[in-house]
Amino acid sequence: MSSHEDVVHHSNDAEGAGYGHHDHDEHGPAPGLMRWVTTTNHKDIGTLYLWFSMIMFFIGGAMALVIRAELFQPGIQIVDPMFFNSMTTMHALVMIFGVVMPAFVGLANWMIPMMIGAPDMALPRLNNWSFWIMPFAFTILLSTLFMDSGGPAGGWTLYPPLVLQMGDSFAYVIFAIHFLGISSVMGSINIVATIFNMRPPGMTFMKMPMFVWTWLITAYLLIATIPVLAGAVTMLLTDRFFGTSFFSASGGGDPVMFQHIFWFFGHPEVYILILPAFGIVSSIIPTFARKPLFGYDSMVYATASIAFLSFIVWAHHMFTTGMPLAGELFFMFSTMMISVPTGVKVFNWVATMWKGSMSFETPMLFAVGFVIMFTIGGLSGLMLAMTPADIQYHDTYFVVAHFHYVLVPGAIYSIMAATYYWLPKWTGNMYDEKLGKMHFWISTIFVNVLFFPMHFVGLAGMNRRIPDYSLQFADWNMIATIGAFGFGFSQLMFFWIVVKCIKGGEKASGEVWEGARGLEWTVASPAPYHTFETAPNIGSATLTR
Amino acid sequence: MKSSVLRAMLPASLIPVAGSSWADWGALNMPVGVTEVSRDVQGLHMLIFWICCAIGAVVFGVMIYSMFMHRKSKGAKPADFHESTTVEIVWTVVPLVILIAMAIPAAKVLIKMEDFSGSEMSIKITGYQWRWQYEYLDEGIAFYSALDATQNAARQQNADIDLEQFGETYLRDVDNELVVPVGKKIRFLHTAADVIHSWWVPDLAVKKDAIPGFINENWARIDEPGIYRGKCAELCGRDHGFMPIVVRAVPQEEFDTWVADQKSAMASADAAVERNWSQDELLAMGEKIHGQSCAGCHQQEGQGIPGMFPAIAGSDVATGALDTHVATIMNGIEGTPMAAFRDALSDTELAAVITFQRNAFGNETGDVVQPLAVRESRTGTPIEPIRQSLLDVGSPAASPNASPNASMAVTGVN
Repeated sequence: MSSHEDVVHHSNDAEGAGYGHHDHDEHGPAPGLMRWVTTTNHKDIGTLYLWFSMIMFFIGGAMALVIRAELFQPGIQIVDPMFFNSMTTMHALVMIFGVVMPAFVGLANWMIPMMIGAPDMALPRLNNWSFWIMPFAFTILLSTLFMDSGGPAGGWTLYPPLVLQMGDSFAYVIFAIHFLGISSVMGSINIVATIFNMRPPGMTFMKMPMFVWTWLITAYLLIATIPVLAGAVTMLLTDRFFGTSFFSASGGGDPVMFQHIFWFFGHPEVYILILPAFGIVSSIIPTFARKPLFGYDSMVYATASIAFLSFIVWAHHMFTTGMPLAGELFFMFSTMMISVPTGVKVFNWVATMWKGSMSFETPMLFAVGFVIMFTIGGLSGLMLAMTPADIQYHDTYFVVAHFHYVLVPGAIYSIMAATYYWLPKWTGNMYDEKLGKMHFWISTIFVNVLFFPMHFVGLAGMNRRIPDYSLQFADWNMIATIGAFGFGFSQLMFFWIVVKCIKGGEKASGEVWEGARGLEWTVASPAPYHTFETAPNIGSATLTR
Repeated sequence: MKSSVLRAMLPASLIPVAGSSWADWGALNMPVGVTEVSRDVQGLHMLIFWICCAIGAVVFGVMIYSMFMHRKSKGAKPADFHESTTVEIVWTVVPLVILIAMAIPAAKVLIKMEDFSGSEMSIKITGYQWRWQYEYLDEGIAFYSALDATQNAARQQNADIDLEQFGETYLRDVDNELVVPVGKKIRFLHTAADVIHSWWVPDLAVKKDAIPGFINENWARIDEPGIYRGKCAELCGRDHGFMPIVVRAVPQEEFDTWVADQKSAMASADAAVERNWSQDELLAMGEKIHGQSCAGCHQQEGQGIPGMFPAIAGSDVATGALDTHVATIMNGIEGTPMAAFRDALSDTELAAVITFQRNAFGNETGDVVQPLAVRESRTGTPIEPIRQSLLDVGSPAASPNASPNASMAVTGVN
């Protein structure tokens, strides 16, 4: 703690207002709307990513509400089964590629340079491209819903041969996925280049904040897997339009090969959606426990282990496709192994809280909510790893409950925690704490009303991706739908809290939080347009941990 | 339904374990099932469930204790510890030991599930959009199984049919059940004709993907006679939610009787191909086949879905040359979702559905196709349409069985 303060004061003394305040107007943001089109500033681009994610969150959420509204009671009342299927497909694509990933990239853009004391991302023009590809890709993707043939309706996993039955929208969907992939890979290259090249003297790898570490590993996962996805969807494209038979048995191909390729991308993708969340929570819990992160080294190694294991577990998504026994055993054991490093992370967070001096401002509430509910999702994941049981769980609502627990009160909660945590740094204003806490409690109640009953209906035999169900599932589905609408509409509070905070509020200090550590808290709030134009002096201080 | 809401709201622990209330668990938990494997799987599920509960209780217990005791508002001063190699090793090794303890029974059950040796009968199951075909390889029986017609009507958008009458079997009844004997090790062979499906019956703990061009297998030995229901588990298009499975397990003698009945029924159906069918008969059957096999894409009224599935109403295929129409349905159209129905439908069914489509939805060709003609076309004889007026089958309007669509089409001819 004391070394941290030393560094802060030392830096400020040495630089004066140097990297805390910028004097030259010519390097400020361009006037007008063109600022956002032409910007190469990491903070502007981070903001763009985060707003994009927010907009897509409401679009993807509206799709979820269509699904839940249809499932409110048995029978088909609202939408055609085909449209229902395209809602489940689009909801997944939007939430994964349009909400969670852009939000994490936005946070990376904002925070990584500030956390490692770099003036900007290593490749600022590439950064602009990475963002601006996305709105176009999503315009193409979402426009398929308005085509005569409807949007993609074969599930976000795009399994052939079903996906090849898609109408005219097929080529548009593939095109959009390619563009999203290009955006992700460019963003990841930028993050890797930044972390490798832009750290100031003295910040060794094992002194980097956990968020930087988790993003470094995530970026490698993206670079390794997105091209695999690109290959898989390109093979679909040539099967459909150019007479190849990669995935058609009648031409010597194999539909299951697509699943292997897809999940070789898809499983690391799952960790792409959660590793940055681990980094966020590892930043927030020490701040509000006023105690350093427990077991920093083991956290780094655990993250790396999870990333490695993520490449050798993919076929656990495919236990019913008819693998040899040896394959099933291998993928069962490797999948169960993942719970070891994941457990280490959870235990480390709990140990960080233990004997701390905790306070529960909104970011901490969301972080603690994350740890508890992510763990629930992790435990059901362990159940799913048991192959014989998975054969019963597979493609039921039990799986839906599992991955929504790790993605909604998991990944989404971490993004909200991060937003509340760094919002004062971004805007210079404190958000409305009372509203923030209300947002947390309302969301947490409804998110459990929404997803917890899905465990039961799944175990009792309700399969996923169906628009109608037998009457014994009616009660739980009704409850889940009530939870969905409660959760969905309470997110309008989040939107309002963010807007209110941007417009004004109690002024935030540079440090913002009493127990905050890390370079981002050494600059003024709001963070000036340019920060760390001169590398900060890290010395031997472990201020980031 | 009110009372079941209340029941559902009760915490599971308050429900007495014994007696009739045990059944209430059915809506909350995995069924125990009726095979040795399904009981093993359920046991494994409960074991891992309780282990997860125990882990959760410890982790959340420590967390919650800490959150109450180590609060700044209670004057807690932060400790300074931030690493301990011993502790890290302990919480790496202990979970590892628990995992190994769980992996052993799981591997045992898995090995049992994958042991196909010594099977006493084989049933080939083929998934279609959206029904199942069952072929008893030893008995030579084959038939299709689709969602029960009444429920199929009830599940249409805004059908306005009371679903309560179906209760827990809503969307779970079929026209033709899969009848199997108890006590025999049955090997199921899974494949599909169009897209991937997955044959899942929870009470038997069998779920296997049906993959076009490949054959998967699994097995079950059912202990108790009864009706066991399941569904397609893999998304297979628009009507994925509407292709249920019903397995009726019966004692061996009853099964033998059923086999004999099926064989004689198949023989008489075969004989029926030889006779002349009236247009009304064909239209009535054709409407049913259209609903089962065609309406999923081309829609009930033959209007299709613009941009995806062409209309049959007024189409060139259904109103033009008969040979094209027959070829389209028999062979499908490569590179499109239009499947080949050559093997999926019988001669009579093909004749009926072609006749129906050429005389319904305002298509007024007046063509009647006889089952025998379809049979002969399989060997290359071109199909000759027969005009209603040339057939000696009495007044069509007088037939009480004619469906509204059929009589409309026939009126059009006159």
